[in-house]
Amino acid sequence: MKWLNFVFILSLGKDKIIFVTKEDHETPSSAELIADDPNDPYEDHGLILPNGDINWNCPCLGGMASGPCGEQFKSAFSCFHYSKEEVKGSDCIEEFRTMQECMQRFPELYPQEEDEDPQSKDAVTPSSDTLLTDQQPAAS
Amino acid sequence: MLKCRASWQKLAPLARSFTPWGRKPNVSKFKDSWGGVPTAQMSSNIPGRSSENMIYYLLVGGTFVGSGIYVYRHLQEDKARFNERMALVLKPVNEKPFTDSSIYDKSPVAKTEVSPVVEEQGPKPPEESAGAVTEELQKVSTEEAFKEHTEITTSSEPVSVEKNQQPEGAQEMTVVQARPEIPPHAPYLLIGGGTASFAAARSIRARDPGARVLIVTEEADLPYMRPPLSKELWFSDDPNVKETLRFKQWNGKERSIYFQPLSFYVSPQDLPYVENGGVAVLNGRKVVHMDARGNKVRLDDGSEISYEKCLVATGGTPRNLPSIERAGEEVNKRTTLFRKIEDFKSLETISRDVKSITIIGGGFLGSELACALGRRAQETSLEVNQIFPEMGNMGKILPEYLSNWTTEKVKKEGVNVMPDSVVKSVNYENGRLSIKLKDGRMVKTDHIVAAVGLEPNVELAKSGGLEVDSDFGGFRVNSELQARSNIWVAGDAACFYDIKLGRRRVEHHDHAVVSGRLAGENMTGANKPYWHQSMFWSDLGPYVGYEAIGIVDSSLPTVGVFAKATAKDTPKAATEESGTGIRSESETEATASGVGISTKAVSTLNTPQQGDDYGKGVIFYLRDKVIVGVILWNVFNRMPIARKIIKDGEEHADLNEVAKLFNIHDD
Repeated sequence: MKWLNFVFILSLGKDKIIFVTKEDHETPSSAELIADDPNDPYEDHGLILPNGDINWNCPCLGGMASGPCGEQFKSAFSCFHYSKEEVKGSDCIEEFRTMQECMQRFPELYPQEEDEDPQSKDAVTPSSDTLLTDQQPAAS
Repeated sequence: MLKCRASWQKLAPLARSFTPWGRKPNVSKFKDSWGGVPTAQMSSNIPGRSSENMIYYLLVGGTFVGSGIYVYRHLQEDKARFNERMALVLKPVNEKPFTDSSIYDKSPVAKTEVSPVVEEQGPKPPEESAGAVTEELQKVSTEEAFKEHTEITTSSEPVSVEKNQQPEGAQEMTVVQARPEIPPHAPYLLIGGGTASFAAARSIRARDPGARVLIVTEEADLPYMRPPLSKELWFSDDPNVKETLRFKQWNGKERSIYFQPLSFYVSPQDLPYVENGGVAVLNGRKVVHMDARGNKVRLDDGSEISYEKCLVATGGTPRNLPSIERAGEEVNKRTTLFRKIEDFKSLETISRDVKSITIIGGGFLGSELACALGRRAQETSLEVNQIFPEMGNMGKILPEYLSNWTTEKVKKEGVNVMPDSVVKSVNYENGRLSIKLKDGRMVKTDHIVAAVGLEPNVELAKSGGLEVDSDFGGFRVNSELQARSNIWVAGDAACFYDIKLGRRRVEHHDHAVVSGRLAGENMTGANKPYWHQSMFWSDLGPYVGYEAIGIVDSSLPTVGVFAKATAKDTPKAATEESGTGIRSESETEATASGVGISTKAVSTLNTPQQGDDYGKGVIFYLRDKVIVGVILWNVFNRMPIARKIIKDGEEHADLNEVAKLFNIHDD
């Protein structure tokens, strides 16, 4: 099958063009990629760092950790993250309340339209964030 | 101290004379203590003679009185000093002056001495208010003791304390009305208020609890993102878009181009005092002088701001054509150098008023604006011309065949594209501009938009002693984006060393975000090199879009692998399908898709044109057989694979096999 491809290769000086059909690409690739080191200190990590800590700089958090209620958010979310209770975060009510109080002072930044269950803060999925998405908390 | 010693020396022989080893009466006290043979004696020290007793009591009593007087005097001095400090520093009593708690944090002795003083002096009238505040301060200082102080925040305090002690002291006066508009010190000072600066501010705040970040910008606006200025904002249905500066993402959600609204920020005045720190933006000021040794900068109004860590994110200024610059005022009045919000506003208005606009430049900005104006032209009778010296749109980025294909698409957007054209001179004649090209052609138009490149703003290099790169322009920095100790550079102005791809300077939005974030991390101690490769994207009309990463230079050899595109392979379809409003990458940057909602029928992308089959595919840019750049052509949500390939930096024998990794035939 491979020889078929050669028919469709055009060479325009330094620029090569290859046209491929779906069948051409059906066989798995033989190109090798180097395995990633999960502990690479240079890499950007997701929400949770390899050592288990929370990566406050994760783009997925948007501006939550850096805004005026950043400290309250961090303490509430940390508490939740490390909570060992059966209902995770049930020992963090106070922190979440403080955070909500703070957020209510800035309705423009933290719109209250969603029914946010503080216990479900683990739903901070790595959504496509950062500096181009809207200001809603990532847990939405 | 000396008193103690003296009194001890006096007492020592006395003390010794009362040891269990005995004492002989009638013998001098000195000799006794050493010469005496220990004999059993009564341990109760009953002195023999009353006169000795008297002397003893006198001496001991005197010592106690003396030390009592000493301590009392010392306390009084401290109290006086304390009261003086309080009077100087606390005019209205409501504040919790953050910096002043540092006085107590620094010296444990002072801390303990303050408490007894407060207790003693509490009820007295002049100190009543001071006492009340002191309790607050006590609370603050103990809070501070429990909070984690990074090196940055604690070391900021001695500086402000010093300033307190200056007679001018006015700077630390906490009368709200008299708080200086410009804080004299900012632990984190960010010069420039663009994307890189904001990304750094966010990064710093995330990593350093309670950080105080001051952004100083010439512009009148809060930090905002630039890409919508030449894309989304032009396709908005809102007639007030110039004021609102809001655009609709594909998921229907609207957002503003400003990263955050005003309520996110703290005012510069309040920055040193606000409890948990924050980000403040000082608008309309330019930093004109940088003293890298003294860790301070000077603004155009003469004020000085000292810092501990500084970021230079001054971006760039649009270049102008020499032929326009020397063409006189009438021509320059009718020329837009497009970069800022005000340029968008003015061009938007102009595009409704004039009959013809000519864009000079065939790169990203020029082509995007041409397409945006071209669309608008279909509703009005606006003529849109585009002039550039290359053979096709994006001629410096895309290989020739693709650049030609793109040019055809741009033409279909309603633009009169004139490639291979160089501007010789521009004149203002009869109310219109005439552009004379080198080949003799004349273009008559009403307004010019010049999109011919960006000149990095490196004016601070001279005073700051910063190196400027002669090849790429911009400040020369290392892989960690550091120029000198305590000075980092990010964004368009940074010429940095990319470990994988070599020294470069990148003028893209995502790079500003990535480098700004990295600089912020390194300013808070991370020491990470530039590692996460930034990407960029462009949409030319709703049916041509691409994402790219790495070095994408048309002078490099390229290998393009293409499949036939279906209706599903358009930027519009990509975002609708993924359900996000924006063309996004996994965890890093969200990228906005190009064009507005249109009821236009699907273009001729389905049927292959003659010899023209570049519907979708992936193009590799090679340097010494290693892939250094990738363009994903109408293929979306695959950027992580491209990033991985570049990161590996391996030689691949068969690039078709590499292309398979992208599954270009899937939607």
